Amino acid sequence: MAYKSLEEIENRCREEQISFQEAVLLDDLNERGVGREESLAAMGDLWKAMKEAAAGYDPSLRSRSGLVGGAGNRMRSYLEHEKPLSGEFTGKVIASALEMGESNACMKRIVAAPTAGACGVLPAVLVNYQKEYSVSDREIVDALYVAAGIGQVIASRAFIAGALGGCQAEIGSASAMAAGALVSLRGGGERQISHAAAMALKNLLGLVCDPVGGLVEVPCVKRNVIGAVNALSAADMSLAGIESRISPDQVIDAMREVGEQMHPSLKETGEGGLAATPDAKNAFIFVEGLV
Amino acid sequence: MKREAQMNIFDILGPVMVGPSSSHTAGAVRIGLVTRRLLGEKVKTARIGMYGSFAATGKGHGTDRALVAGLLGMEPDDIRIPDSFAQAEREKMKFQIGEISLSGAHPNTAVLKVEGVSGRKLEVQASSLGGGRIMINRLDGIEVNCTCEMPTLIVHNIDQPGHVAKVTSMLFESNINIANMSLYRDRRGGIAVMVIEADKEIPEQMLEWLKQQEGIKKVTYINAAKGEEKNGL
Repeated sequence: MAYKSLEEIENRCREEQISFQEAVLLDDLNERGVGREESLAAMGDLWKAMKEAAAGYDPSLRSRSGLVGGAGNRMRSYLEHEKPLSGEFTGKVIASALEMGESNACMKRIVAAPTAGACGVLPAVLVNYQKEYSVSDREIVDALYVAAGIGQVIASRAFIAGALGGCQAEIGSASAMAAGALVSLRGGGERQISHAAAMALKNLLGLVCDPVGGLVEVPCVKRNVIGAVNALSAADMSLAGIESRISPDQVIDAMREVGEQMHPSLKETGEGGLAATPDAKNAFIFVEGLV
Repeated sequence: MKREAQMNIFDILGPVMVGPSSSHTAGAVRIGLVTRRLLGEKVKTARIGMYGSFAATGKGHGTDRALVAGLLGMEPDDIRIPDSFAQAEREKMKFQIGEISLSGAHPNTAVLKVEGVSGRKLEVQASSLGGGRIMINRLDGIEVNCTCEMPTLIVHNIDQPGHVAKVTSMLFESNINIANMSLYRDRRGGIAVMVIEADKEIPEQMLEWLKQQEGIKKVTYINAAKGEEKNGL
């Protein structure tokens, strides 16, 4: 049976003296009836695809609507010439998140994680972590199992689609997955992983899905940045020994409840929030005229 | 019958796809691709109707280019998807795209009327469910509602007793387990359609045998997950 709670994963880790990633891997072998090598190879392929997508950013591309493109490049050039307020590493994470979000909007190949709209969060932290700390691909693949396990529990208890639960379900889930992955890379235990995920999700609770013109462009691209940066801070808090006062599974349940109560105009319909602003409406007239 | 399976970890991470939207882009490519495989040959002409959110936001999401890319045989991660219109011209596939109205359909739905190079025709109505997953709702006007993610056998037969038993006992004899099964017909004594999703591949000789049986009008076998196609007409 696939995991229905983070507590279930934590318990298994303690009982069998295994890591979080091993618990997720073992469950995958059982669920899909595949061998360890096959599962690891599939995850390795996803990691390879993420790295290729990150390297394939083209600063000249613009989305079909013309609303997004080039922001990642601006951030890179700022990092080259100025000292970023949020620090060099975080600055690079911001640039990577923008780049991936823009690549997605411009019809480049990406890895949905957990969705296409949130595809920039995980690679932004993992690609830069690998460069900064020289960890092996295998270690990153292990961290991806941690991320996937967290995502699976969120999908099972709540949702990972903006149309069902707002942006908290997409960027919030991606951020929780990335926070857990980072803690595992730093050698944190299963409880620290769960609490990092919980804190990341809590801080994005209530985030609405209000895409301008219904397109995965504005504000989606920049929301990948908050997902990635929020993952860094949640991971740091957890590694410092700070815990979520609400247990991780209950945080996920709260996300579901908030998502269920969220008005339909704020769930990917492109009718409320930023999508309903005069600027958005003017942009959309322009978009329709263009295509 | 369980339609929504529990998500495995590769439903959470992945698919590898061309953006921007798993439902409006990746799902649309799959709809085109499954249509191409159901037709069983290269597409010569296609009339594509987009409905609901596909019609409203499809152009901005590249849904139109995605559907055409699928009809050309591209997978959802093919980097040529944005240029599919030019590719269609090179391959001499003619297409028209417009909006259509449907009643009671899923908000992300397309209807594809295609004709193959040999003149074979097919009409597919399909919807994109999210995460790149799709459902084929109608084939040539008849309800089927299959995901085509498992080995799927679609049998058109005359609506008379015995055909279901014939097919299921054939599968039983080869120890093939049925995961899902649905039956539809247009009218009593008319054309009936059996849609069977199996846990493993159905061998070719079995399909050949089935085609020879009296009252069986058409046998279609598809496993879109593995890219296999067998269309017996």
